[in-house]
Amino acid sequence: MSAKEVTAAELGLCSCHVCALVSRPLQTAGPSHCSRCGSVLYFRKPAGVARSWALLIAAYILYVPANLMPIMATGSLTSYRVDTILSGVVYLWETGSWVISAIVFTASIMIPLMKLISLTLLLISVQRNSSWHPEQRTRLYRLVDLVGRWSMLDIYVVTLLAALVQLKSLAVVKAGPGAVAFGAVVVLTMLAAIYFDPRLIWDPLRKERQL
Amino acid sequence: MNDNLMPVIACHECDLLQREVQLPRGGTAYCRRCGGILYRDSPDSLDRTLAFSLAAAILFLLANTFPIIGIELQGNRSAVNLFGAVYSIWNQEMKLISLLVLVTTILVPAFELAMMIYLLLPLKFQEMPPGTALILRILQSMKPWGMVEIFMLGVLVALVKLSHDFIIIPGVALWSFGGLTLMLAAVASSFNARDLWGNLERESGTGVSE
Repeated sequence: MSAKEVTAAELGLCSCHVCALVSRPLQTAGPSHCSRCGSVLYFRKPAGVARSWALLIAAYILYVPANLMPIMATGSLTSYRVDTILSGVVYLWETGSWVISAIVFTASIMIPLMKLISLTLLLISVQRNSSWHPEQRTRLYRLVDLVGRWSMLDIYVVTLLAALVQLKSLAVVKAGPGAVAFGAVVVLTMLAAIYFDPRLIWDPLRKERQL
Repeated sequence: MNDNLMPVIACHECDLLQREVQLPRGGTAYCRRCGGILYRDSPDSLDRTLAFSLAAAILFLLANTFPIIGIELQGNRSAVNLFGAVYSIWNQEMKLISLLVLVTTILVPAFELAMMIYLLLPLKFQEMPPGTALILRILQSMKPWGMVEIFMLGVLVALVKLSHDFIIIPGVALWSFGGLTLMLAAVASSFNARDLWGNLERESGTGVSE
C-alpha cells in the first residue's frame, strides 16, 4: 500500500454516511443518492458549522437558567428545601453519599461544561482552518460524542423522585423549571455534536499540501 | 494490482481513503491517520444479535409492566413503573421532561428492538425483509437517543437519595432494567450493520465500484 494520503473528497468521491459505500455523486442538479442504501450523499454534513453554532449558542443561553433555577423541591412534615443542580450535589456530599455525589457532579456539572467548551474550541478551530493537532481534536470530538448523553442522569433522577415521592402531607417532591432548561441543554449540545463534521478538522491539511 | 480486489473505504472521521483489509475473527480495522474505527468483524453477528434482541424484548416488557421502586413512610406506600412516572410528571406540568423521558427510555428502545427483530428474524430464514435500507438508516440516526443504561444509573442514584428518608421496596422492574441494560449493550456490540449492507448488495446486485 502506498504511503500517499488522499481523502475521498479530493478524488470527488463521497462516502455514504449510513452504509459507508464510497461512490461518485452524479453531476446533476439536486442531491445525489447512495446507490446501495438510497441515503442523500454529501461530502461534508450540510451547513454543519452553522447549525452546530446555532445549537451551541442556544445551549449556552439555557445553561444559565439550568444552573440557577431550582431543579427540584422537596417538602416533608419537618423540612422544605429547594435544590439547584449544584446545591443538590453539595447536599449529597454533606449527607455522606460521596460516591453518588461524585457521579452526579461528573454527569451534571463536569460533562455539560466540558461539552460546551470543547464544541466551542472545535468550531473555532475549524472556522479558522487550523491545522493544530488534528488527531487530538478528533479525539476530543469522539469524547464529546461518547459521554454527552450521560448528562441526562439528573433528568431521570428528578423524574423518578417527583413521580414516586407523592405521600400527600408526609413528603412531596416536585420537579423545578431548572430541570426543563437542563434537559434542553443536554439535547441541544447532543445535536450540536451530531451536526459537527469531524472531517472538517482534517480538511485544512489537504489545502496546505496542494499549495 | 492485487490491491484492487479489495473495496475502498473512507474514514468517517477524517475522510482518508483506504483499501479494506481482511480482518481476523472479532478484529477491528482502525483508520491509519486518525485512529477512528473503520469497521469490525463480529463473529456470528446475526445469530447473536437476534438472540440478545429477543431476550431484551422480553426484559423490556417486564421492565415496563412492573413497578421499579416502591417507598414506605409511616405506613404510607407509593410505587411507580416507568410509564407511571412519565405520566405523573406530565400531570405535574413538566410536559417537556415527560416527553424527553418517554422518548429516550420507552419509545426509542422499543422501536429499536422491534426493528431489530423485524430485520433479523426473516434474515435467519434467508429472506430480506422489505424496507431494510430505510430501517437501517432510521436505526442509525436513533442510536444516540436510546438511554436505558443512563436511566438505570438514574434509578440507582434515586435509590440512594430515597434511602435517607424512606423504606425502599425494590420492584420486579428494577432487576428487569438491570438485565435490559446488559442485553441492550450486548445487542449494540454484536450487531454489525456492515454485514446487512453486504447482504443487501448481493440481493440487489449493485457493485461497490462505479
